[in-house]
Amino acid sequence: MNYIPINLTDLAIAGSLVLLNGGLSLVLQLRLEKQLLIATLRMIVQLLLVGLVLTKLFALVSPLWTSLAALAMILFAGREIMARQERRLAGLWSYGLGTTCMLIAATLITIFALTTQVRPDPWYHPRYGLPLLGMILGNTMTGISLGLHTLTTVLVRERDAIEAQLSLGATRYEALLPSTRAAMRSALMPIVNAMAATGLVALPGMMTGQIIAGIEPVEAVRYQILIMFLIAGGTGLGSLAAVMGGAHRLTDRRHRLRLDRLGPPDDAD
Amino acid sequence: MLSVRDLRRPGLVSASFDLADGECIAVQGRSGSGKTLLLRAIADLDPSDGDVRLDGVSRDEMFTPLWRRRVTYVSTVPGWWADAVGAHFHEWSAALSLIEELGFSADCRTWPVQRLSTGERQRLGVIRALMLRPRVLLLDEPTSGLDVAATAAVESLVVLQLKTGTSCVWVSHDESQAKRVARRRLVFEEDGVRDVLL
Repeated sequence: MNYIPINLTDLAIAGSLVLLNGGLSLVLQLRLEKQLLIATLRMIVQLLLVGLVLTKLFALVSPLWTSLAALAMILFAGREIMARQERRLAGLWSYGLGTTCMLIAATLITIFALTTQVRPDPWYHPRYGLPLLGMILGNTMTGISLGLHTLTTVLVRERDAIEAQLSLGATRYEALLPSTRAAMRSALMPIVNAMAATGLVALPGMMTGQIIAGIEPVEAVRYQILIMFLIAGGTGLGSLAAVMGGAHRLTDRRHRLRLDRLGPPDDAD
Repeated sequence: MLSVRDLRRPGLVSASFDLADGECIAVQGRSGSGKTLLLRAIADLDPSDGDVRLDGVSRDEMFTPLWRRRVTYVSTVPGWWADAVGAHFHEWSAALSLIEELGFSADCRTWPVQRLSTGERQRLGVIRALMLRPRVLLLDEPTSGLDVAATAAVESLVVLQLKTGTSCVWVSHDESQAKRVARRRLVFEEDGVRDVLL
């Protein structure tokens, strides 16, 4: 291992780059300095807090506290999914559907990875569980957001075409297939692109981190491939569950299209 | 025979009527009075209360897609789900004679739907529904975008279907059309739906 620690002086030197940007903004009247300052402070505070929390959790190695931290991460991600929808499902479904699908997919994939491939001791050790969950969660969240967003948008846009098919005796599954297909395609687009471009366009963050920490590149690559598989699995399963659940909720047993179960359009965006 | 008893849904006053095989009933009323909602409720495209039966069998006992193949709704401007006209017909060759009868040439199979005018969509929408050989046709102003000749062609096509035992609920704004195609009419009024013999 040849890990090089970074001290506060190093950070201060690097931080001067942000100060330089702020100064330029003042001189050139770009009015970016305030936003830049707030974002920088948020980043410092949030990361310091996460560092403290993780240190505490790593010392405890408690299944209870680790799963509470995991739950908090999932609930935050669920809010993000909801915030990114233009047309939400009405009522509890708007938060519940995306969050539940993400909870199940990300938890299953993380536990699967911890118990069969990574196998730390104990298997629920937060040093492995939480970073893994974080990576799977971030990507699954994006997939579910895109999938649900595309589904509701396409259903509203294609309403006449879907009802024409239903009128002519199509089942709700037949009539919605083009829409669910489009939704799944946009849900999986980011991970498919990421897998295709990885290594050529950008080195993934986790692999870069391991390499800087002194791990041999070949080892780091193997880890990264594992992570990509896990992310693809989580995104695929989570998005599929959310899109199917959404399609199910927006139709009914009598094979009707039920756009009345969507909330009002979001005018804020 | 189609029988509708106390059919209700938000935005629609209660409607009851019977429709014999081969009979056509014209539905009239000012716009916004619920004519389209009535047809959609009969086809079970929107949730509604009431008893709707075909030959004594309630729609609730029937697989909904099957019900809609027997009791088929054609919207004013029918929707299209594929790019080419031909993709919307199960058997193009079987549909061809009707398609030519309504003034299209055989090569319209490859036409992009995007290129169709409202009137062309309406005519092809009626043919598409007729290909299912439904027992009841629910037509929502099927000739609103058509000229006199095309309107006459659609009317005679539907009248021909009536002779084979298909019955029809025809929403029309046009008084003379109602007289041409139907002997009865349902009139939507403030306090309810009136069943009138012409």
